[in-house]
Amino acid sequence: MEFMIDTFGLYFGTFLVIMAQALLVVVLLLVALAFLMYGDRKIWAAVQMRKGPNIVGPFGLLQSFADFIKYIAKEVVVPSGADKIVFFLAPMITFIMAVVVWAVIPFNEGWVVSNINVGILYIFAMSSFEVYGVIMGGWASNSKYAFLGALRSAAQMISYEVSIGLIIVGVLLSTGSLNLTDIVHAQDGNYGFLSWYWLPHFPMVWLFFVSALAETNRPPFDLPEAESELVAGYQVEYSSTPFLLFMIGELMALVFMTAMMTILFFGGWLSPIPGLPDGVLWFVGKMLFFFFLFSMVKALVPRFRYDQLMRLGWKVFLPLSLGWVVLVAAFAQYGVPGYARWAVGG
Amino acid sequence: MVSRVMPVGQWGAKTMAVTLDRVIKNFLLKDFLSGFALGMKYFFKPKFTVNYPHEKGALSPRFRGEHALRRYPNGEERCIACKLCEAICPAQAITIDAEPREDGSRRTTRYDIDMTKCIYCGFCQEACPVDAIVEGPNFEYATETREELFYNKEKLLDNGARWEAEIARNIELDAPYR
Amino acid sequence: MVIATLSFYLFAFTAVASAIFVVLSRNPVHSVLWLILTFFSAAALFVLLGAEFIAMLMLIVYVGAVAVLFLFVVMMLDVDFTELRGSVAGYLPLGLAIGLILLMELGIVFGNWVFAENAPALRSAVAPALEEVENTVALGQLIYTDYVFLFQIAGLILFVAMIGAIVLTMRHRPNVKRQSIVEQIYRDPKDSYEMKDVKPGQGI
Repeated sequence: MEFMIDTFGLYFGTFLVIMAQALLVVVLLLVALAFLMYGDRKIWAAVQMRKGPNIVGPFGLLQSFADFIKYIAKEVVVPSGADKIVFFLAPMITFIMAVVVWAVIPFNEGWVVSNINVGILYIFAMSSFEVYGVIMGGWASNSKYAFLGALRSAAQMISYEVSIGLIIVGVLLSTGSLNLTDIVHAQDGNYGFLSWYWLPHFPMVWLFFVSALAETNRPPFDLPEAESELVAGYQVEYSSTPFLLFMIGELMALVFMTAMMTILFFGGWLSPIPGLPDGVLWFVGKMLFFFFLFSMVKALVPRFRYDQLMRLGWKVFLPLSLGWVVLVAAFAQYGVPGYARWAVGG
Repeated sequence: MVSRVMPVGQWGAKTMAVTLDRVIKNFLLKDFLSGFALGMKYFFKPKFTVNYPHEKGALSPRFRGEHALRRYPNGEERCIACKLCEAICPAQAITIDAEPREDGSRRTTRYDIDMTKCIYCGFCQEACPVDAIVEGPNFEYATETREELFYNKEKLLDNGARWEAEIARNIELDAPYR
Repeated sequence: MVIATLSFYLFAFTAVASAIFVVLSRNPVHSVLWLILTFFSAAALFVLLGAEFIAMLMLIVYVGAVAVLFLFVVMMLDVDFTELRGSVAGYLPLGLAIGLILLMELGIVFGNWVFAENAPALRSAVAPALEEVENTVALGQLIYTDYVFLFQIAGLILFVAMIGAIVLTMRHRPNVKRQSIVEQIYRDPKDSYEMKDVKPGQGI
């Protein structure tokens, strides 16, 4: 950092450093995403006693790259009557907003592109933009199926954003900071994985898990793309690179949710056993574990019906998480051990 | 039909009882975990996938694939132009013209099968008195143009020559059940 | 400070330009999308002011919730907007007049605006010093500690309004078949079916 500033001057040097960091994160993410997509398909296949992709490269490891080339090489079809600008803007918004949120994720002690005070709020703000990718894509396609899918998807994402928000508020109340690094620091205790937030916030871990599934339109909540009813929802008119952007954006949001689970409830880069060194490997390992869980859910659970989904969001998750916020506030105020960590971290 | 509307407050006490084990079951996601365990059980089981172009599944001797016209071992073509197959073909995919040959035997001058019409019912094979037209074990004959699927006599005899060994074996295997 | 100034002008220009496009664009959906850009630029301006909490709140509330509802409504509306545009000329003088009057009023207010002598002192006395705490904490102290009762009353008013809206729009329709999902969930395999060994040809 100092070297760059000395060489290129204060503004340009800082700019270069930030650009390099951002580029590094994005490139690593995209490469990781290719293999995660492959892993997702392999896991799904294994549960169904299939082999999954196994042709391209050793064990099919390069399948995602082959798919990538295929998507790029295909023709971009724009439906007649489509609103061209909005049509192409939508996948870009989905993709960019899915990438941009990673700026505040701390992968390790100090390994964060931008360690801002309002990290959680920033994440919220950016993920609220992701709804627009869906709505705009569905509307601009000039197709009934796409529009219906977009409305469903948007309603679903907004509904579950509420409960995710309230669940996170519980964690924030315990930490006393909106900074993600502080949240991880607050979970640093003497008891290894027992001092992480999953224990005091136990019911909310599952709620967050399920809400994350719904928020990212993953099965069993993939109603926007319910093949049997809506073909592919808001993506139905998309092909080639725009579709690829939607797909990457969606998967990126899912991986982001695994990172959020790791940071909020499972101690980020902290090691689960006292004595072992903390590090980025723990972070990646935890993310992979949750990704595995997400994939297994996709393979195991049948799709929800839409009204059941809405009921679950508004009538079950919202009251539960709201009640939990009140409970945590009371616990933290009256010093129930494990709930107020202000002294420890933030 | 009795209405299944349940007015509020009438949910049976038995069904609605929020018992402790229910709460524990719901919050610990017991159903999900048992499903997860089942999924993991199948996760490690041997896979059923057949790597198709490299591995192929077994075919029954009765498999009805691509058509072929057979010859006798001495090289004489079997078909005697009786037109039974043409008559029975439900899709009317077969067209036959016949003339006496120089030696006086009755032979086809034209034997066309429109493979785009064929429904692979196997009636032609059943109808044939001399086992001339058969549906062989080949199913990998996709083409890029429609014209290539209009088979003529030459193509069918060629198929017969290529698949004779498999066809003869299949007929022999299936013979006890005929 | 060059970068801050540059970004200020960038975002300010974007905000004004997109605000103009909100009014000018023919398609109402485009208007809403421009409006979102306006919100976004405004949030960026807040960040430049050092009010990152307000900026994020602006995005979450306006972009994440309000504008989505706008977009929902506008997309679902089946109004021929070209027809509406046609009659714009008729309303133009009235609209211009109202705009002009508003502008004049604002001008008069700002022209004669005088702070009470002790107002700045009063304001800074209430707020925690910005050098010491980040603005999230400062806002939290103001809202939840110093003025908690006012905040609660505001919340109560909103709560009553919400209940009112629900009461006004909720209808209990009789004779409608509804599922009791709770009942469905609480159904247990044990009470629902039993396995019987049926001998062939005998039936149960």
